[in-house]
Amino acid sequence: MKIIYTDSLVVGAGLAGLRVAIASKERGLDTVVLSLIPAKRSHSAAAQGGMQASLGNTVKGMGDDEDVHFQDTVKGSDWGCDQDVARMFAHCAPKAVRELANWGVPWSRITAGDRQVVVNAEKVTITEAEKAHGLINARDFGGTKKWRTCYTADGTGHSLLYAVDNKAIEMDIPVHERIEALSLIHDGKRCHGVIARCLITGELRAYIGKATTIATGGYGRIYEVSTNAIICEGIGQALALDTGVAALGNMEAVQFHPTAIVPVGILTTEGCRGDGGLLRDKDGHRFMPDYEPEKKELASRDVVSRRMTEHMRKGKGVDSPYGPHLWLDITLLGRKHVETNLREVKEICENFLGIDPAKDWIPVRPTQHYSMGGIRINATGESPQLAGLFSVGEAACWDMHGFNRLGGNSLAETVVGGMIIGKYVADFCEKNTLEINTQVIDDTMSKLQGEIDELLVGEGTENVFDIKLAMQRIMMDYVGIFRNGPELEKAVSELKDLLKRSKNIGLKCKKRHANPELVEALRVPRMLRVALTVACGANARTESRGAHAREDYPQRNDKEWLNRTLSTWPDENALEPELHYEQLDVMKMELPPGYRGYGNDNAVAHPDTAAREAQIADILAKLGDDADRFDKQAAIMPFELPETLRPRNERLSDTSLVSGEK
Amino acid sequence: MSSPRTISFDIFRYDPQDPNDKPKMVTYEITEAPGMTVFIALNLLREQQDPSLQFDFVCRAGICGSCAMVINGKPTLACRTLTANFPDGKIKLMPLPGFELIGDLSVNTGKFMRELAERLQLWLQPDSNDIDIHRLENPMDPAEAAKLYELERCVECGVCVSACATKQMKDTFVGAVGMMKIARFEMDSRDTRTAEDFYHVIGNQDGVFGCMTLLGCQDACPKDLPHMQQIAYLRRKMAQTIVSC
Repeated sequence: MKIIYTDSLVVGAGLAGLRVAIASKERGLDTVVLSLIPAKRSHSAAAQGGMQASLGNTVKGMGDDEDVHFQDTVKGSDWGCDQDVARMFAHCAPKAVRELANWGVPWSRITAGDRQVVVNAEKVTITEAEKAHGLINARDFGGTKKWRTCYTADGTGHSLLYAVDNKAIEMDIPVHERIEALSLIHDGKRCHGVIARCLITGELRAYIGKATTIATGGYGRIYEVSTNAIICEGIGQALALDTGVAALGNMEAVQFHPTAIVPVGILTTEGCRGDGGLLRDKDGHRFMPDYEPEKKELASRDVVSRRMTEHMRKGKGVDSPYGPHLWLDITLLGRKHVETNLREVKEICENFLGIDPAKDWIPVRPTQHYSMGGIRINATGESPQLAGLFSVGEAACWDMHGFNRLGGNSLAETVVGGMIIGKYVADFCEKNTLEINTQVIDDTMSKLQGEIDELLVGEGTENVFDIKLAMQRIMMDYVGIFRNGPELEKAVSELKDLLKRSKNIGLKCKKRHANPELVEALRVPRMLRVALTVACGANARTESRGAHAREDYPQRNDKEWLNRTLSTWPDENALEPELHYEQLDVMKMELPPGYRGYGNDNAVAHPDTAAREAQIADILAKLGDDADRFDKQAAIMPFELPETLRPRNERLSDTSLVSGEK
Repeated sequence: MSSPRTISFDIFRYDPQDPNDKPKMVTYEITEAPGMTVFIALNLLREQQDPSLQFDFVCRAGICGSCAMVINGKPTLACRTLTANFPDGKIKLMPLPGFELIGDLSVNTGKFMRELAERLQLWLQPDSNDIDIHRLENPMDPAEAAKLYELERCVECGVCVSACATKQMKDTFVGAVGMMKIARFEMDSRDTRTAEDFYHVIGNQDGVFGCMTLLGCQDACPKDLPHMQQIAYLRRKMAQTIVSC
């Protein structure tokens, strides 16, 4: 058996994983990254629109700071997030943007003077300050008070991923490509690494690390139609779940993006609406102002997606062979804008739809997009149940997104989370030694070897592709954008049947090496367990919060459900996970639960909310008039960060540069 | 609507790890559906007819570059190739030449691109890595930023490499992908390397002076990158370097 030892082992070579690997290597730690594919092909590349960071350079971002970004994030999460984490994140986002500029990201820059933009379907002229010329620009995104989304045309994820991977290459960080981690090596208390399979040779190897970081992205592909890359299958979450010890958090929190193209589900960026694009129905009517008069197309994603579904249910969708859809109209932005700032959208429209979005409307409908849930970690990125197991990015439930993520906060989470958690991972590696009984490695290896042997020599009769498709359809039909008890019951029961059937998979291709059918057969039962955490969690949560919308329980119920769902799978022969709940403490919140500013305000208040509000008013009153926003924040909810990330962020408004601004 | 047609896929099959296997072409037939791409068709073939079929897709949306293959003689991205583009309903799929074959249509472009990046040092090399991330960023000319992104849009699919006759004859040739990336860093005002520094890397027969200017790279590039312009630009720069020495 081949055993590879390292200090910091990272599973997943997208932005989050690479950023953690860089943080480890910066400390001189031996670092190895495992990846299904070449790093630059990771799903991070698909993020088109940009990342949020409160630089406040552009005139539409003036007055923006960490406080406003924090508030938008908490409101966006429908108060489901961890407010400490949201604070850590908002504080470090500008640092990450500036670090990336130093690593090569060109970022779209501000040109001083007048420019025309489209706001609320009308052309308006905005004037950028002379002193902002050449600084990093930002565009508008849904659910944010200020223009905060920093971007590189509409290829921000691509630009970031290339810069970060180039940095990793410069630092000589090895990425072991076409390697799939399939089991975590652990002793019930401490994680020691993974057993992984080479997708080319079929060889099983043990990778042993002081710290193991799972950065494998989301689980969108448990759904039939998803904007996710086809590698986003939830295997990282399954690795943690299958330990029986580590918990997954808020797995039912699944976001649908309003504007994926029909039928294939490829995303058109939120930048389309941020830049002024409109949604229209079969009559060409712009319907969003009827539902959300204030934020219109730029309400939070979960709200827009549900309003679209509501509108289609009223018969206002455009009929197509693939079911009803609506139109996204970006024609009013003008050809030049479409061909420069929204070029990926243009290419997608040309190649997959055969239309020209500068003159034709784009057929869109809400589609599975983002996994807010994931491996439950604390603020330092570590699993509370399994020491040495870290997670970061979409794979994790850190949890800054709560029940709904704001556009531009996912790309930001990869690099900001990677920056912060990377330092804690490095700390862990410095403070701990490798302690492993090789029997634990042998046992984990033998078990996986047994699973593979059984698949290759067994006499199973079930077709793995059929089971996978059945699972994806169940998730789509019954665990989608609107949910209800009877359908969720049905989903749970049918998924359990599939999990039973998956124990009897038979393979036609018996090769031990490079065997795509074997790869599927190893993944599908893991995906089914992940799907069951989503369906069971959704069924149990009898309220509507963020992206989790129950038709039978339309209220956000802070009184009973201001908590996080934890799923574990202690009995490997069980057909469903165990659910536990972790309460969110209102008395520790900087921003007690309130109205989000869009969507229905129908929340059932938490009994502590009024008490906490009074307490905060009291803290502020005692501080007096001299206190600045930093003093106030620190008095209400102090938060931790690694030393090197604590300094304040400088902004144009803090410098003498803005004086004389026109 | 007329009834859907049957299309045939003639696919290269070879498992280099199986000593008994020989390269061969195998024909599969499938019923075409509206909007069907080669991505959709290959997945259906694998799910319904031959689960051993090897090919690579990641984003299936034309942005990751993993699914490049030779389709009816032309290297291109399979995910965004519509089957409707082929009126006779016959589609022949071959793996990209110029890369290590993993099996069938799957080639190891990742290994190639990482080695190229290490060899040409394809990362930003600024004056100092010690820039304060807590302070205001350095301004950059907006036009320069836009231009850099234009050149950065390469997805490392490998199509330019397989469409390059020079590369097919000379394995050490850096190819259009290498030159595009050099040009990107050469133009970046933050990168302190000079034309002389780049000359040491590509001012030779493996670089700009080896290119035969057949421009298969530019013709086939799925991102429509301006390879011709960049190669000419680098040649001029490198030639000037010799003159000024």
